[in-house]
Amino acid sequence: MTEPEESPVHGPETDAGPARRPRRFDRGRLLIGVLCAVLGFAVTAEVRSNDRTTKFATARQDELVGILGDLSQRSERLRGDIRDLENTKSGLERDTQGQTAVEDARRRAATYGMLAGTLPAAGPGIQFTIDDPRGRLRAEDLLDALEELRDAGAEVIQVDDVRVGVSTYFADAASGGVVADGRILTRPYRFLVIGDPHTLVTALGIPGGVLQTLRNSGARGSVAQEQRIVIRAIRSP
Amino acid sequence: MIALVGLLAGIALGLFFHPDVPLWLQPYLPIAIVAALDAMFGGLRARLDGIFDEKVFVVSFLSNTIIAVLIVFFGDQLGVGSQLSTGVVVVLGIRIFSNVAAIRRKLFQA
Repeated sequence: MTEPEESPVHGPETDAGPARRPRRFDRGRLLIGVLCAVLGFAVTAEVRSNDRTTKFATARQDELVGILGDLSQRSERLRGDIRDLENTKSGLERDTQGQTAVEDARRRAATYGMLAGTLPAAGPGIQFTIDDPRGRLRAEDLLDALEELRDAGAEVIQVDDVRVGVSTYFADAASGGVVADGRILTRPYRFLVIGDPHTLVTALGIPGGVLQTLRNSGARGSVAQEQRIVIRAIRSP
Repeated sequence: MIALVGLLAGIALGLFFHPDVPLWLQPYLPIAIVAALDAMFGGLRARLDGIFDEKVFVVSFLSNTIIAVLIVFFGDQLGVGSQLSTGVVVVLGIRIFSNVAAIRRKLFQA
């Protein structure tokens, strides 16, 4: 492995060596010098190449495959976005009466209404029930569960009769229960969640995740995937 | 002395020539360098112990690097290259540490 670097180093070293140290210059010492020069050369080359190249040059095959997979997935999604936007654009251009614009605005209003919680919603999702017979759970446990659902891509969430929005809060009630947005929740706590069911179930079930934490604090969470979850509770705008 | 001169000369040449590490060498060069460092510290320790031998140094230097690289090469062929290179680096690192500890004891009596 050290061969390629040896030739450029060998020349100058043999030329310079004897002139500087004429006495006691045998082959062994020369060889040591050459080896050390090779080492120095290799270290410099390696350090410089590490400086220059980014993570891709040194990444191994499986890492590269992972990065490539991520990238192509993202570009696929972005291409889908482009298609949608171009459809909208051509619709708007063709449309003289403003019909498409109105439809588009209405559709967007519906989406925002669902996200803000002012409109009812329906779609595939999960029903997540937390059974807490001894009343051990605090507000922060429910908040953890809610955050986990949001992280996993939950689009619309309802807890008991409370529609969850951006300003939803949980608090410990004086009487021992949990209050959400000013309403006392009844046990068992029932989360209705719209979102990709598989992702949501996986997110709740990861080791050390919500389900395990609940079990550790004496409660029991159960998850059911549903083709159609209907959320009727709304927030006042 | 000659070793230090060689090392400095090599670093100077490296800085001067801006060498590119060829692609086929890239997985192996870091391992070879660590192996060579191990041989260097071994040599330094032997020198301080007064038992330094040029032939031993040259042979251990070459065999260290070649064996380290071969291990990683076979690891790559077997599909466990990254694990094996980690293993080699760990083993060589332990050796370097013990050599440096011996050198330290020799130099500072501590």
